[in-house]
Amino acid sequence: MKAKIRKLLTFVEETRREMDRAVEPPTRRAAAVAVIENPFAGRYVEDLSALIDIGEELGALLAARAVAALGIEGARVESYGKAAAVGENGELEHAAAILHPKLGAPVRKALGKGAALIPSSKKRGGPGVALDVPLGHKDAAFVRSHFDGMEVRVADAPRANEIMVAVAVTDSGRPHPRVGGLTKNEVKGVDGLR
Amino acid sequence: MPLVELRKRVTVVEEIFHEGGPVAKVPYRRAAIFAVIKNPFAGRYVETIVGFSEDLKPLGLEMANALIAALGGDPRVIEGYGKGAIVGAAGEIEHGALWHAPGGYAMREALGGAMAIVPSAKKVAGLGARLDVPITHINASYVRSHFDAIEIGLADAPRADEMLLALAMTTGPRVHNRAGGLEASQIKGLDGLR
Repeated sequence: MKAKIRKLLTFVEETRREMDRAVEPPTRRAAAVAVIENPFAGRYVEDLSALIDIGEELGALLAARAVAALGIEGARVESYGKAAAVGENGELEHAAAILHPKLGAPVRKALGKGAALIPSSKKRGGPGVALDVPLGHKDAAFVRSHFDGMEVRVADAPRANEIMVAVAVTDSGRPHPRVGGLTKNEVKGVDGLR
Repeated sequence: MPLVELRKRVTVVEEIFHEGGPVAKVPYRRAAIFAVIKNPFAGRYVETIVGFSEDLKPLGLEMANALIAALGGDPRVIEGYGKGAIVGAAGEIEHGALWHAPGGYAMREALGGAMAIVPSAKKVAGLGARLDVPITHINASYVRSHFDAIEIGLADAPRADEMLLALAMTTGPRVHNRAGGLEASQIKGLDGLR
């Protein structure tokens, strides 16, 4: 492991009722979070390749944990997202280095597919900062029923010299989708959009 | 369908000169506008809601234009965008999903036909909740230098029967972008992805 991990967390949200109506089957989403040391905290470093490699190993680790938390096979995951919060002594670009170059491939491997861009967000913040992980359908970004987001936070992270990295997966869209648009049954799954 | 009842509108503009590295020749700007409106469906389950998307279109366009104005008035400087919603506690996540179509189309129209899907996040939350609005390049979702996010929120919103609807725009890549990947200069501009 290249990443120096302080904590790993898993969150599972299962929604059984929404607006006092039963959701059947319940919608479920899971996020796996790693709190790691930021090797570049406190100084400007031009070459971010160490963080890029950390992104690759965290992609595999967090995707496996999030899918396991849902108790399903990777292929049954319907939507996904990723996000990172950099502590006070880090730089936004540190989050970009973890998230964008190499984290996606092992996530897609864990799911069997994933033609769509993995939606993402990033920020700098203190311990307890809320991280909103955007969610989109894994094979077709325009599936409107699956546009969503999941908030994760960890009371004691990220500390100034840490980075908090999250991968989220679901087995469903929103609880009572009814705003139209492309549906999951219409997905072609070729271009990642429709 | 109900009228759009607006209580507040907020504009936030961040000007980023550096993040510990070389000072940018032109500061990177990241801006958001959000409206606090009454949720016409708060407190009860309403099956047919999609018409409210139409009602929100004029508000969306007005907000998109106001956001461009806050960034100097020239739509050609806008390179990234995103959208989001926070639904008050008496509402449902699906009410926030009503913002996808009007928010997205409004920005595309105001920017003269941007090609990429508008990334988004949303949640149900209380007063003072914060939301990370994801941001990507307006013409090609995979442009890595433009992946970003802006945090929004307001101390007194959303009340239980309100919704906070947000649009975000940026004027370029992250200030010290060096995480590689597709660059804006390499955009083919055919599919909204690359």
